[in-house]
Amino acid sequence: MTTISLNIDGKTIKAEEGTTVLKAAQKAGINIPTLCHDDRLEPYGACRFCMVEVEKNSRKKLVASCCYPAENGLVVRTKTENIDKIRKLLAELLLSISPSGAHVDIAKQYGVVESRFKQTESPESPCSLCGLCVRYCAEVKNKHAVCFVGRGVDRTIALVPGLSDTCSSCRECFNVCDAGKIVYLVDMIQEISCPPLKSSFKSSD
Amino acid sequence: MTKFSQPNDLEQYRQTLQKQRDTKKTCISICSGTGCHAYASEKVVSAFEDQLKKQNLTNMVDMKRTGCHGFCEKGPIVVIHPHNYCYVKVKPEDVTEIITQTIQQGKPVNRLLYEDPELGKKIVLETDIPFYKNQTRLIFGNNRKIDPKSIDDYIALDGYKALVKTLTKMTPQQVLDEVKKANLRGRGGGGFPTGRKWETTKNASAEPKYVIVNCDEGDPGAYMDRSLMEGNPHSVLEGLIIGAYAIGAHEGFIYVRQEYPLAVENTEHAIKQAEEYGLIGKNILGSGFDFTIKVHRGAGAFVSGESSALMSAIEGRVGEPRPKYIHTAVSGLWNKPTCLNNVETWANVPFIINNGAQWFASMGTPNSTGTKIFSLVGNVNNTGLVEVPMGVTLREIIYDIGGGIPNGKRLKAVQTGGPSGGCIPEKYLDLPVDFDELYNIGSMMGSGGMIVMDEDTCMVDIARYFVNFLSQESCGKCLPCREGLRQMNRILNDITAGKAFEEDLELLEELSEVVQMSALCALGQSAPNPVLSTIKYFRDEYEAHLRGECPSKVCKALINYKIDPAKCKGCGLCTKNCPAEAISGEKKGVHHIDSERCIKCGNCLEVCKFDAVLKTTGKQIPISKR
Repeated sequence: MTTISLNIDGKTIKAEEGTTVLKAAQKAGINIPTLCHDDRLEPYGACRFCMVEVEKNSRKKLVASCCYPAENGLVVRTKTENIDKIRKLLAELLLSISPSGAHVDIAKQYGVVESRFKQTESPESPCSLCGLCVRYCAEVKNKHAVCFVGRGVDRTIALVPGLSDTCSSCRECFNVCDAGKIVYLVDMIQEISCPPLKSSFKSSD
Repeated sequence: MTKFSQPNDLEQYRQTLQKQRDTKKTCISICSGTGCHAYASEKVVSAFEDQLKKQNLTNMVDMKRTGCHGFCEKGPIVVIHPHNYCYVKVKPEDVTEIITQTIQQGKPVNRLLYEDPELGKKIVLETDIPFYKNQTRLIFGNNRKIDPKSIDDYIALDGYKALVKTLTKMTPQQVLDEVKKANLRGRGGGGFPTGRKWETTKNASAEPKYVIVNCDEGDPGAYMDRSLMEGNPHSVLEGLIIGAYAIGAHEGFIYVRQEYPLAVENTEHAIKQAEEYGLIGKNILGSGFDFTIKVHRGAGAFVSGESSALMSAIEGRVGEPRPKYIHTAVSGLWNKPTCLNNVETWANVPFIINNGAQWFASMGTPNSTGTKIFSLVGNVNNTGLVEVPMGVTLREIIYDIGGGIPNGKRLKAVQTGGPSGGCIPEKYLDLPVDFDELYNIGSMMGSGGMIVMDEDTCMVDIARYFVNFLSQESCGKCLPCREGLRQMNRILNDITAGKAFEEDLELLEELSEVVQMSALCALGQSAPNPVLSTIKYFRDEYEAHLRGECPSKVCKALINYKIDPAKCKGCGLCTKNCPAEAISGEKKGVHHIDSERCIKCGNCLEVCKFDAVLKTTGKQIPISKR
């Protein structure tokens, strides 16, 4: 493995080639908030909390550190005015969906007490749609029993019908879902044993 | 038909075709593009067929169903060659007259000619119509000369000549250098230099390499890619084969929206013909170069036009974007180097090869070379597809070609670049239209959508419309796009409903900036453009809404209808036409609108012959509780 050197928040950091900016920072003890990241899973880049500023050939841009490859000579800033602005507002957006969850701590860190946005009444359960359950089931368990359905503002999590045995004996996705939402998944799994499903699937699907 | 096994065979065939074609023979060319098709051009075609048969003229006259001519406002369009007479809004019942007067006597049918609204004069020749005269039709020009189902039509017009030149006289590197020198930039949105994209894929080490045509055009009101793919599919195929040769790809995909059935049909047909002629497949024209093309139909998601989402869709997965810190040009389809370009970009390639980079770069501006097709729609007299050199001003496009704003209204803004473009105010009418100029004033070229808006347009309502569209079309993967657009939509709804305050507007601005900075893909990053550009140029309209006024009197919650007692004659026409039974009054007495019941449909205003109905806006008016 080739070792590369990059600069994060003024510190020179050695990292292995092929790693991400997030992992390099974490290894050096620099904290970058994340919601949708899990070391066991492929980088996803959906929650955008881990955004940092990278500078290369004197050009700056904002990137998701969980996906951005660490490069030799890269200059990274994990705290700037714009990054604070992004994280604060993203936390407010999540608070408008759910008053509890991992984002609450991030919100506190960025001085957010209350969201300025109107609350979104979720028909099923507050869920940040981080996709950890979906990806854990697919990538680690190789079962593909949890999936996304719908697009845009209608996106939601559902269970693939017909896989109830798989789910009732596994339930490992419980551990990746942050506290406030686990009830939702429990509910869904219980539904599996008593069809028809109340999930977003129609019988013809 | 036997396959051409060497370039010479194709050249000989071309010469035979050109000799067979009698340029003096009468040819009726009927536009069968989607616009004219919707105006029932097919019935005009049948009427011509019937009449020609009846009068025994079938052998003396050629007839052609062509692709879109672009002058969609005036469809169905019929052009008679070699006279070059152009007839507009042709109906089946006009056919007999065209045959007797034009086909048999060579004289134009006056009443079917286009009338210049300014001069009130009929224009006989197609080339003299201002809409066409002021354009430079490079890419789009052959559309009206070609039957899209006929590869021979394309070959006779020097089609596949650039491919022959490429395969016989140029190395892949020379092709690439030519495209780079031409400074061609991607016509699909971002304006990325095409040559550099090709080069990245060419130089990537992994194999195989892929090339893709992006025909997932989904912007409301935009249809240039559709018309090109439907009208002249071989020009796109030729560009794609040349690009594949330069890049070293042997497999290509054409991603066409399912909603474009004619484009799918014509593309598939064109591929089949090109395969039969040996222009696609193994050992093309004996050059040793192999290349195949498959059509992939899109399943209807707007976001699939984003390159990484499009590739996901071809792979058989949900069309969702992924971070592209490693470019798709290096790791795209099945993680292999993939070069994706828009329909119009590929169609430019044969012209560059045939005429040289220098010739191409002489058109347009130094950093935006060549021409661009725009779909000119909205409050403009000549709706249609317009091709102009880059750098032409908005004024030339809207007034010289588009014929200005209907009903003597004033122009308020032009929205360019599709739903995630920006609204450009009237003061920039003399701005040269190219990639950089549009970007600098907060809009973008996009794929070439151009929506003209007159003084009666509410800019807040426009921003609300586009944000609503995008919130539905966001894939929902990343938080800022999904939840950000949801909240932007909410705030805009509140503003247009007169329920918002100054701090809501501030929050909207802040949120727009955050979504722009943090969204995963270009859809989210550009989604706030309509909001930010309208706030920038039309802030007064937003502020008026906060005060409960809609200056353009569009937002229903902020307008009211009332009757001017001095003008009302008590005819009762408004009462009769009111669907909500909100108007009352004695016969011949002054009438009155009950604002509680009024649904603000505006029927009364339209039917009143005495201009007695007034549309007002402002806080003093009670807002309906509905």
